[in-house]
Amino acid sequence: MPSGLIPFPFHLFSFHHPSLSRNPSHTDLRGEQREIMLSVLALTSVVLLGIASQTTAIVVYTSWERHALVGTDVRLSCSFFSWQWTSPDVTFSWHYRPDGAKEAISIFHYAGGIPYVDTKGPFRDRMEFVGNPSRRDGSILLKNVDFADNGTFTCDAKNPPDIAGSPSHVRLFVFEKVPVQAGVITGAIIGVVLGLLILIVAIYYLMRFLVARRVFSLSMSKHGRKGKGKEGSQQKQALAVTDPAKLKAAASEKKKQESRREKK
Amino acid sequence: MLLLLLGIVVLHVAALVLLFVSTIVSAWVGNPNSSSDLWTNCTTLNGISTCNPADTGVWIQAVQALMILSIIFSFLSLFLFFCQLFTLQKGGRFFLTGAFQIFASLFVMSGAIIYTVMNFEWVHQSEFYGFSYILAWVAFPLAFISGLIYVVLRKRE
Repeated sequence: MPSGLIPFPFHLFSFHHPSLSRNPSHTDLRGEQREIMLSVLALTSVVLLGIASQTTAIVVYTSWERHALVGTDVRLSCSFFSWQWTSPDVTFSWHYRPDGAKEAISIFHYAGGIPYVDTKGPFRDRMEFVGNPSRRDGSILLKNVDFADNGTFTCDAKNPPDIAGSPSHVRLFVFEKVPVQAGVITGAIIGVVLGLLILIVAIYYLMRFLVARRVFSLSMSKHGRKGKGKEGSQQKQALAVTDPAKLKAAASEKKKQESRREKK
Repeated sequence: MLLLLLGIVVLHVAALVLLFVSTIVSAWVGNPNSSSDLWTNCTTLNGISTCNPADTGVWIQAVQALMILSIIFSFLSLFLFFCQLFTLQKGGRFFLTGAFQIFASLFVMSGAIIYTVMNFEWVHQSEFYGFSYILAWVAFPLAFISGLIYVVLRKRE
């Protein structure tokens, strides 16, 4: 058994464990479990670190899609993740495959600290390097995009000695006018109508509450000053107007109780 | 009395079910190869069917919103009916229930009208109208009549 290579705590699993032969107390077993867990954890982390330091695949990040209006400038961002430090020999390269074409053409390359922009292809005089290679950013800026620029852009980054990895793609969509996103207007109409409904209900209940409070304050003041001519009759009229509402409520409640008793 | 109540509730629920089916099932416009509705356009070519989200135009979204609002208002009207059944006093009318149901029917009507008028943009001559479209038009008078009955009905017992 290759126990010498990996420091596995075999001694914990032998049958002649000293604690098992005696009376196994609770604390002894718990301590043993904790030892096993710690050793398993240490083993897993060592294995993972070993694996990680061996597979140094570089991971390139770009956006999934970019949408732009005709005539505007589009920034295509590209970054990468690598276990190694950023080397001075880091390279970025961009390729472009138009919609419907089978082959991609190379439009940008950065190597040895110098960016080489496209001077003969479809993006001559329209491309600019706006990235910062020391910060792992290899973004390019396309100016004045047109419908012919619809297509797939591929960014590939290499960070020696970390060179194994797959490039990442960005799809560019150029629109004449910004299309309305699905569901925006639907949600807006539904929201406005339901909001109006809730507003009307709230205003209705607010009015009822205010009227009830006014009646309450009037009844209190009526108790305070009795027999004061016109004001007294006005208050009586106000009470009479709002009283039917209260009487109705009281009557319906009485009827509800009666019908419940009848049902029972 | 109970029979009348049951009949009214059945009518209301029928209108609600029609609204649901009309909104959800993908059969507003169709031809032998494809069918389209408020939400997606599905085409069947050589046995493989692919669905794309519907045209994100302004008007189709308005129709979507109106159909959903009509379902919501019909639901609310059913809920209010049962509320008012137990809280309204004798001789009272189900105004609120009827109002909500009539609103629901108006929403369905405007949705169907907008769809009919705007269909010149996205429906060719060879295509025919599917059953969901017809159900929407049938649901409108059903809901309207149901709402009117609520407004006219007086609570007895």
